[in-house]
Amino acid sequence: MTQLKINGQVLDTDASPDTPLLWVLRDHLGMTGTKFGCGKSLCGACTVHVDGAAIRSCVTPVENVVGKEIRTIEGLSKDRSHPVQRAWMALDVPQCGYCQSGQIMSATALLERNPNPTDADIDSAMAGNICRCGTYPRIRAAIHHAADLMKGGAK
Amino acid sequence: MSASPSDLTLGRRDFLKSSLLAGGGLLIGVSLSGCAKPAAVGVGGSPVAWLHIGGDNSITVLIDKSEMGQGVYTSLPMLIADELDVPLSKVNVEFAPAGQAFINVFLGTQITGGSTSIREAWTKLRNAGAAARAMLVGAAADAWKVDPAQIKVADGTLTGPSGQSATFGQMAEAASKREIPKDAKPKENNALSIVGKPTPRLDTPHKVDGTAEYGIDVKLPGMKYAALAQSPVLGGSVRSVDSSAAEKMPGVIKVVKVGSGVAVVADHYWQAHVARDALKITWDAGSNAHLSTASMRAGLSSAKGAPLTARKDGAGAAALKSGKKSVSATYELPLRAHATMEPMNCTADARADGCDIYVGTQIQQIAQLTAGAAAGVPADKVGVHTTMLGGGFGRRLEVDFIPAAVEASKAVGAPVKLIWTREDDFTHDAYGPPAHNSATASLDAEGNPVAVHLNIVSPSITARMFPPVVAKPGTVDPFMVEAAANFLYDSANVQVDVLRHEIGINVGYLRSVSHQLNAFMVESFMDELAHTASKDPFEYRRALLSKQPRARRVLEEVAQRANWGKAASGTHQGIAVMEGYGTYLAAVADIVMVDGKAKVSKITCAVDCGHMVNPSIVESQIVGGMVFGLPQALWSEVTLEGGQVHQTNFDSYRVVRMNDVPAFDVHLIESTEAPGGIGEPSVALVAPAIANALFAATGKRVRDLPLAKSGLV
Repeated sequence: MTQLKINGQVLDTDASPDTPLLWVLRDHLGMTGTKFGCGKSLCGACTVHVDGAAIRSCVTPVENVVGKEIRTIEGLSKDRSHPVQRAWMALDVPQCGYCQSGQIMSATALLERNPNPTDADIDSAMAGNICRCGTYPRIRAAIHHAADLMKGGAK
Repeated sequence: MSASPSDLTLGRRDFLKSSLLAGGGLLIGVSLSGCAKPAAVGVGGSPVAWLHIGGDNSITVLIDKSEMGQGVYTSLPMLIADELDVPLSKVNVEFAPAGQAFINVFLGTQITGGSTSIREAWTKLRNAGAAARAMLVGAAADAWKVDPAQIKVADGTLTGPSGQSATFGQMAEAASKREIPKDAKPKENNALSIVGKPTPRLDTPHKVDGTAEYGIDVKLPGMKYAALAQSPVLGGSVRSVDSSAAEKMPGVIKVVKVGSGVAVVADHYWQAHVARDALKITWDAGSNAHLSTASMRAGLSSAKGAPLTARKDGAGAAALKSGKKSVSATYELPLRAHATMEPMNCTADARADGCDIYVGTQIQQIAQLTAGAAAGVPADKVGVHTTMLGGGFGRRLEVDFIPAAVEASKAVGAPVKLIWTREDDFTHDAYGPPAHNSATASLDAEGNPVAVHLNIVSPSITARMFPPVVAKPGTVDPFMVEAAANFLYDSANVQVDVLRHEIGINVGYLRSVSHQLNAFMVESFMDELAHTASKDPFEYRRALLSKQPRARRVLEEVAQRANWGKAASGTHQGIAVMEGYGTYLAAVADIVMVDGKAKVSKITCAVDCGHMVNPSIVESQIVGGMVFGLPQALWSEVTLEGGQVHQTNFDSYRVVRMNDVPAFDVHLIESTEAPGGIGEPSVALVAPAIANALFAATGKRVRDLPLAKSGLV
């Protein structure tokens, strides 16, 4: 039995220790907001936070995150009130939406360490998250908007 | 095709039916009768409603199209809400099941594709909304003994001349007993209050908090998980399998030989995935053991046979010698992958008495038939539960990932969710088809084309997926000649020929389908003609669009917006224009050369897609389409050796990432023309616009996609 700290809760799983965190979240714990995209850390759909850093859960064995603070899209807010979620809604970013949990988690990690990112910062932080629908321009705008929201600027 | 091909069209006479629900309420369904037989086989036929007004005042719209990012979950309810004069926020949305009532009248079976959703719904759903409204008003008029014309409808409430008031819910039961009015007309365009306004998507909240349910997220009681081993050689099959090691692995329930390979069923997905690697399978490679990209290209370029003529104006190709100068060019396009973000998956619950599938699909009735065959039950015993689609792009018009889930579920007697890996997805796609396209023109002394001959060589997707459509000898596959048969430019003699050449593996509809193949030819070639005529590529096109006012308008608009001809030093521009899915659009690509390599810095696009339902979604689809077309122009190619695909994941199949994205400047032209499709057309403009810019920058004409093969990007 492995004990994990996810979104402020302590949860147990009987998954074998080498199971990727992604599949523990999705299959064992029923938290399906985090998505499977590539299995090789190439697309970012599975992005979650471990101790505040954005990581790819598809290549992270669950044994590596024992004792660490894990945050998933489900833990961002209870009511879509996180500034990044609000910005995403204000700009109507998602199309198919499948990659957006990962995009939002990467963007949140970026803004938590860099409250005022430039376009180059966004390019660098978000290059690991693929969107096949092509929502990139709205993602970029939403990150800037979220930065304003977090500073208490724009509504 | 931009217009609905007549072979595919069922007929436009929608017959509305109403019936009283057990719980009391107005239920409006659509059924089709007196129509030609569907091009593709359909099943079912129960009168299913797509609008339900409940006695509790709930309004539910069943949408008969799949939501794959293109916005139908929002834009289709907008059409009905406007007719009913209810705020969109009061409308609940559900996905329709499989059924005859939901046949796409453009395409002959229940399909989300061909950029048809709004084009089809524009009349159908507005008529339904208008009928429902008239029935509610009629019921209120009878109840209050007043003239229906005196009743006002606003905000979901009926109000009479003396202050009488009723909610829709209060009148729903009485309304449902009325005849469907034959003369209920949708609102005049200028009276529309919801349609035409940028409107937030109804699915957005669920897509920012992880609660939107895709096929891969479905969970059923007692559900098991499966991974699938498929032949590395496309079209190969299992000769023998030794599953003894896999069966001993933790969590493994059963190893099941299925039609498409070997499925490992386990308690959890990762257990199935790991055990799959422990299978020892001997494959029979089948007929594709020697198929390679080189052999495929050679086959296309040397294909023999009598082509079919899709269009002939004047003397056609016979006039090619009548001008002063002849120009010829050949354009080649590769296999391409769909690469939806959500890998293929299906959850099946196969029982002795029936089967349910939970799946992101664009083709519910075919999915139903396929699952029924795999389960050994009649198709009408198969429930199809459409989820959100994590990308479609035509990939989910295929049903190849459905049977294995059903077979596995049947074998273990429990619901099974079968998930493909990304590698499965890349190596077992129904790839966008390759093409070997040739164009020849004869120019007069002024450089204008007196004759144009386009010759398309490519495999037919339709012949595999919808054989009745092309069964009659001499029938052109309409999905092979898009953006070519509608050649827009003035020329007295035009001939468009198409030769089907199969390549041994499945090709499938990929967003924009043959527009992508043919627009690259036509719009590159028009650029070549302009340069041969020593004319500006924009002016040359504009002068030749004398009979195409909408195409000319978007061309002029984009040239002005992009500062055509006045680009900053070091920026090179290319232009392209087309009509696809009833939408006219033109693009200018700006590129800069850095160390001999082109970087796309900006794409400007002008669009006339007729009457817009939700301009915010239109803009996102136009941009999204260009982002989809960009890697196909620059980098994307699926290659084969020994019948095996080289590209296995996003490291070997490059797609656009945030740091690759140019600036986009999209101009939507106000129009009262009938709505055109918006999901696909912009994909096809990107490659010719960039290739034309590359010529402007380097003087080198690249006619072979992706452009990276030239070394110039």
